Amino acid sequence: MTDFFRIAWLIVKKDLTVEIRSLELVLTTVFFAALCVLVFAFAFVEEGRALDHAAGGILWIAIAFSGTLALGRTFERERQAETLRALLLAPADRPALYVGKLLGVILLMLLVQVLIVPLVGLFFQAPIFRHPGLLGALLLTGTIGYAAVGTLFAAMLVRARSRDVMLPILLYPIAVPVIIAGVRGTAAIFQATPDEPMARFWITLLLFFDVVFVTLALWTFEPLMTE
Amino acid sequence: MTVDFTRLGVHDLGRSFGRRRALARVSFACEAGEIVGLLGPNGAGKSTLLSILATLLKPTTGHVQYGERTADVAGAALRARLGMLGHDLYLYPELTARENLLFFARLYGLADAEARVAHGLEKAQLAERADDQVAGFSRGMRQRLALERALVHGPRLLLLDEPFTGLDQASAASLVARLRGLRDDGCLVIVATHDLDVVDGLLTRVLYLRQGKLVAEEPGEGGGGALWERYQRVISHS
Repeated sequence: MTDFFRIAWLIVKKDLTVEIRSLELVLTTVFFAALCVLVFAFAFVEEGRALDHAAGGILWIAIAFSGTLALGRTFERERQAETLRALLLAPADRPALYVGKLLGVILLMLLVQVLIVPLVGLFFQAPIFRHPGLLGALLLTGTIGYAAVGTLFAAMLVRARSRDVMLPILLYPIAVPVIIAGVRGTAAIFQATPDEPMARFWITLLLFFDVVFVTLALWTFEPLMTE
Repeated sequence: MTVDFTRLGVHDLGRSFGRRRALARVSFACEAGEIVGLLGPNGAGKSTLLSILATLLKPTTGHVQYGERTADVAGAALRARLGMLGHDLYLYPELTARENLLFFARLYGLADAEARVAHGLEKAQLAERADDQVAGFSRGMRQRLALERALVHGPRLLLLDEPFTGLDQASAASLVARLRGLRDDGCLVIVATHDLDVVDGLLTRVLYLRQGKLVAEEPGEGGGGALWERYQRVISHS
């Protein structure tokens, strides 16, 4: 088991080093997410007042869209110099490779959220500091669920010619429950009278999704990676 | 735990991609201490065969035996004894030469990773550029580093796909000397190449592939004439 997490950590560390040197994913995803929030702010904010319940939806749309960008590139990088083959050739548990990749994507998506949550708060007057614990839990559980499915599909499509088109087509229908739970949970926190039990319900549901999706991904990653 | 072996047996190996047959009923065996050449025109099935031997691709028919075991049974333990250098070099351009080797050494769980990496960098003649990013290396430097990446864990079976691509004469000669050293140390090397002049005199056995079939097999030397002449003869008559 320690070997499993050692391998996963090696992958995370390597991906972070590559990202720190290239800044390719951080810059593109942050820019794209911020742009999403800004465009929606023009559409849904009139005379300084935002449309009711818009903030949660826009936050999760920005997270989902920018997350798709990150997911598409995470395995694309391994394909360019065929380093994926070298990873698969190593005597490591292949699910550990998946967990390493997943953690890298989660870290990147969380970094994007650190920047766009205040933006949503600013443009949509969303009370982001009202229940920081609940909002943090929603964002974390939603991000894990979304990234778990996305990382698996990105790995599965790495050799497909039309992978850029196929990833969102496959990912969004499966990840819809995560996005709905995220939107409804966030709306419960942001509404005029916060509904904490409702927010907790959606967090529990997201936790359930996370367990199911991560388990399924760990189970299917090895056969998917063997051609 | 690792699985060691000294004999590789390929039995009735076949692989299809959809309706296209890349390999058909290929059988041969080889022993540790051999350098086996896989020769054939483009599309002959050399890379497919190497991928199957590396356990990266599953055969449609037949099986490969590594000593007494097959890849399905031995799994990760077997992969610890395999090394592969593909046409693409399996290196991260954003990482330095040292970081690349260290990453793979640690992925293989080597206890003496730093020492092996330092040795690998010396062998690749890259000790002075060890902390430079691979993106700034020439093709030859990358090729030398990629070979050390494939060798960092001391594999029993080394699979090379066009290893001489991009190497100048001196680097090619150095690679040939390195392969002879590996052979003498009991490594089984299988090399797919079109650089017949370079490998002439290096190979202990030659397998000729054409359209996915093993059309001839002969000793590396003493088959009558230079390797390229024998290659022309076999391929044109098959």
